[in-house]
Amino acid sequence: MGMITPRARVEGLGSAKSGTEHWWGQRVTAVALAVLTPIFLVGFAKMLGRPYEEVLAFYGRPLNAILAGLFIAAAFVHLKQGLQVVIEDYVHSPALKTTAFLANTLLTTAFAAAGIFSLAIIALR
Amino acid sequence: MSGSEHGAAVGRGARPLSPHLQVYRLPLTAVMSILHRVTGCALMGGGVALIWWLVAAASGKGAFDFINWLLTSWVGGLGMLVFGAALMYHLCNGIRHLIWDAGYGYEKPEVAASNKAVLIGAGVLSAVLFVYAWLA
Repeated sequence: MGMITPRARVEGLGSAKSGTEHWWGQRVTAVALAVLTPIFLVGFAKMLGRPYEEVLAFYGRPLNAILAGLFIAAAFVHLKQGLQVVIEDYVHSPALKTTAFLANTLLTTAFAAAGIFSLAIIALR
Repeated sequence: MSGSEHGAAVGRGARPLSPHLQVYRLPLTAVMSILHRVTGCALMGGGVALIWWLVAAASGKGAFDFINWLLTSWVGGLGMLVFGAALMYHLCNGIRHLIWDAGYGYEKPEVAASNKAVLIGAGVLSAVLFVYAWLA
């Protein structure tokens, strides 16, 4: 038992302040990406280098847009989770660490939103 | 830097550190573990290129033609090849991590075999991806 407050004992969390949610979340997106990455690449590798009209026609089809959107969502959540662990491991100054966490969250969210919104524009035009 | 100098620098007297990172040859499994992180971080760059490409496609022909030219130029094309290979490695090694997470494959011969499987798998998948991207 040792020196632990009753509330901390009830919550079951130590100085780490959280449980296994982050670890598990990274596995969930990993499983999603193991399926979504090959599916996405079959389309993207084909479209890279193709003319404008052809790319718009390809991602204008609902299934292609939906699968690409799912891939982007899973990929950027997984990127955010992975980069967070890297920051936790290598950045130790509290100020720099907080800044890096903020930048990671804001940038990965912004890129994912930009990608999914662009797909929606292409699909709905 | 000699071992004793390094030891003195961190206030441990003249005792050598073990394993001394400057002379210790990392096992393949360790190198591949580091490579998983390196490729993971590098894939952020590939992700940014992908989003740029999509936003440009949604914005208009002028924006799209520029990024399309950039990504299929010599430098951009080389970058795409690197990102493709990094993604295939991270995918193959990631699947091995999921198998490890499920509790399998920790014995030394099993790890040696999965090292090989991941490297060969990543190499073959990269080659398939490059040929497919080139021909399709």
